[in-house]
Amino acid sequence: MQQSDKLVIGGVELNSRLFIGTGKYSDDALIPAVCEASAAEVITVAMRRVDKGGTGVMGHIPHSMRLLPNTSGARNAEEAVRLARLARAAGCGNWIKIEVISDTRHLLPDGYETAKATEILAKEGFTVLPYINPDLYVARACVNAGAAAVMPLGAPIGTNRGLRTREMIGILIEEIDLPIVVDAGIGRPSQACEAMEMGAAACLVNTGIASSDDPVTMASAFRRAVEAGRAAYLAGAGAVHSGGAVASSPLTGFLR
Amino acid sequence: MRITVNGETEEITEGLTLLDFIIGRGLDPGVVVAELNRDIVARDNFAAVRLNPGDSLELLQFVGGG
Repeated sequence: MQQSDKLVIGGVELNSRLFIGTGKYSDDALIPAVCEASAAEVITVAMRRVDKGGTGVMGHIPHSMRLLPNTSGARNAEEAVRLARLARAAGCGNWIKIEVISDTRHLLPDGYETAKATEILAKEGFTVLPYINPDLYVARACVNAGAAAVMPLGAPIGTNRGLRTREMIGILIEEIDLPIVVDAGIGRPSQACEAMEMGAAACLVNTGIASSDDPVTMASAFRRAVEAGRAAYLAGAGAVHSGGAVASSPLTGFLR
Repeated sequence: MRITVNGETEEITEGLTLLDFIIGRGLDPGVVVAELNRDIVARDNFAAVRLNPGDSLELLQFVGGG
């Protein structure tokens, strides 16, 4: 079962269902060990104006990792498209996480602009992973726009508040025929595990790992949680009974 | 001559190529991406593109992010 359980996004087969980020590490030199401990194959980066030399974060990302640049900083579709094209010009593949945010307090993604950017970039041959609110209609718009997966948020970015949008993510898992990658808000392995048990295709965890006291150990914990949740999903959980109890041991032959 | 680099106006030597400018700034041309007057310049063309007065140049690279 585990051998053949690959996640396919944009025609690429992935063995790991944990995606990780590169933001907020106390020391970027931790990133190679985090990559190894997490067994992740996909890693996000952002793109910014550069004012000093050196390879920056790229110097810490193992070459075996598949880069998923985001369009953070974009406030509308046009800016996201511009950033995506620049990211592709960096020569690290054509995967792009669309992130369009104009609200500076809650950092919630703009679904309309995200779908617009997705459509333009999918037509240009990008493998597009839009970061969205877990809204069925936004997700459908992204599917129709040519997304390769959709990435609904579990809670606002960087909050470690967990799977607050559980019910809505469940609806996306049920209704959307693309991989659902839960992104943002997952702070603890148990929360990633729960998302996977529900049938999410993968989880993207950055802050949950980077802001922990020991990111390498936490990366390993997330790896195991995601694997456990996936295995549980594939195994199919038993029925939940409400009220009373259902004995697990025989109710006959008691010693009296 | 004056050009705009990452939103700031700067006085630079005339006749520089984009590659000269990037190296002169201490940046790594192997990781930087460039947008000149809103058009992306492929890395292979850094040496062929000459900067002109009034140009608007954006230089970016990957940083940590989620």
